Amino acid sequence: MSLVPIATTDNAENHRNIIKPDRVRRSFSVPAPSFTLPLLVAAASIGVWELAVTFSDNDLLPGPALVVKGIIELIRKGLLAKYIVASLFRVTWGFALSVLVGVPFGLFLGWFRPAYQAFNPLIQLLRPISPIAWIPLAILWFGVSDAAPIFLIFLAGVFPITVSAAAAVRNIQTVYIRAARNFGLSRLALFRKVILPAAAPQIITGIRIALGVAWLVVVAAEMIAVNSGLGYLIIDARNAGKRYDLVVAGMIVIGLIGLGLDLLISRLERFEQIRWGSSHR
Amino acid sequence: MNQQNICMNNEIDRPEDSVASVPAIVVRGLWSSYPGRRKGTTIDVLEGVDMETARGEFACIVGPSGCGKTTLLNTIAGFLEATRGEVLVEGRRVVGPDPKRIFIFQEGGVFPWLTVRDNVGFGLGELQRSERDSIIQHYIDMVGLTGFESSYPRELSGGMRQRVEIARALAANPEILYMDEPFGALDYFTRYKMRADLIRIWEVERKTILFVTHDIDEALQLADRIIVMNRRPARVATVVEVDAPRPRDLDSSEYLGLRHRIFAAMGMNHP
Ligand SMILES: Nc1ncnc2c1ncn2[C@@H]1O[C@H](COP(=O)(O)OP(=O)(O)OP(=O)(O)O)[C@@H](O)[C@H]1O
Ligand SMILES: [Mg+2]
Repeated sequence: MSLVPIATTDNAENHRNIIKPDRVRRSFSVPAPSFTLPLLVAAASIGVWELAVTFSDNDLLPGPALVVKGIIELIRKGLLAKYIVASLFRVTWGFALSVLVGVPFGLFLGWFRPAYQAFNPLIQLLRPISPIAWIPLAILWFGVSDAAPIFLIFLAGVFPITVSAAAAVRNIQTVYIRAARNFGLSRLALFRKVILPAAAPQIITGIRIALGVAWLVVVAAEMIAVNSGLGYLIIDARNAGKRYDLVVAGMIVIGLIGLGLDLLISRLERFEQIRWGSSHR
Repeated sequence: MNQQNICMNNEIDRPEDSVASVPAIVVRGLWSSYPGRRKGTTIDVLEGVDMETARGEFACIVGPSGCGKTTLLNTIAGFLEATRGEVLVEGRRVVGPDPKRIFIFQEGGVFPWLTVRDNVGFGLGELQRSERDSIIQHYIDMVGLTGFESSYPRELSGGMRQRVEIARALAANPEILYMDEPFGALDYFTRYKMRADLIRIWEVERKTILFVTHDIDEALQLADRIIVMNRRPARVATVVEVDAPRPRDLDSSEYLGLRHRIFAAMGMNHP
């Protein structure tokens, strides 16, 4: 009679051994990103691009070689570095402001139910308005200066951050709050030791989304509201001589920097204190 | 056989028993309800619960699922307010949670953002570093988690997480432990071991324990006193006292009889 369960356990054990390595890698450490496959796909895309341009035989899209030349030209003239710095400067300020305002405001809204009920409708009303729609007002208020795009980036970031911070606090499991109260924590200690860490993973997710949006918005804002930056580079290359090679060069640089920003911010999610909240727990 | 070892009584039949021992927890005429789905309606959960446990005693509350055991324990611990009735702990009316009485949660209350060490030290107040470290280590060792001090809860098994929570509770040196089906989510063997460990710890620390379970055998194995609740709206159906050394052989005939009584009191038919 005891043979059956033993055999079963044995089987289960073997089975577990087979699937273990994969499981362990998934849940205990963020998998080391493998670069081979992504690079292959990127290379293939460039190949397709090149072939398409060669065979279509028209000027609708500059080929990769031309674009690379364009990038080199921009580097030579010192424009690329200058514009990247200008764009990053605006994003940094706008994004930092949206974090500084959005996180505390969201925590406050999440914690005080009446405040949430009072402010949530307004936030939900303002949130779907694309920051682009604010450009006329931004120019009216701030003129053609760095302040206008910074304001727009702030607007783009502050809503997702506020909403995610408020939701993060509201979603904290009651057991954690009860356990903390059980140990007699003061209000300040409760906030510092439980509310903040419990909400952190979802707040970080909001911040990550906000940074992505900020990078989208800076390019749009620079096309209209200022005369420097990567957005300006694109619109200027078109207006001042139909240099579509430079347009695409600018686009590629924007994509690469956006990727870099996301990789940078996603490192935050790897902290042990944050990782418990990620999907692969 | 051992009639003198196992006596079973409805509390009302033996008032002298509560006089003989110091009551740690007294619940009188407790009513509790939750707000219903529609405005103005309420769902009554507890309808006049009376019970008490003695200081240093291991008491179990058993009852069918959904009858209100968690509600009762949460009210006793001060997390929920009663509609009517009162809860006295160590002679004082409960108005809120208290660090002298630590709750161990059914759904697991270990903080996932802290290591085992920081979880266990969570309830320790201002202490000197060395003293703090030695208390933490003492309780980590006691629950058998030596070597896992720097692990995060998600790196542990369910049973190990439960041990962290028990260690965290013990480290705060409470007088009373409230345990809400702490082993409910564990597999048979782990439960078995955890019960034995808990008894070992209780025999050393002699805390008053109020332990909720829906597992009658678990209650028979652990408790000095078993408070049996019936179906919702719930009250105490009967109180069974088990005065036998542990570990207990639940296959012996006295326990069969007790099990049958408890089943009947819960409003179920024992097969
Ligand atoms: N927050 C709540 N809102 C409304 N009703 C609730 C709430 N919590 C519990 N209830 C109701 O109260 C009843 C008792 O719940 P409780 O959690 O106390 O039961 P329990 O005896 O602990 O059950 P289990 O053994 O399954 O843990 C349940 O039937 C449930 O429907
Ligand atoms: Mg329960």
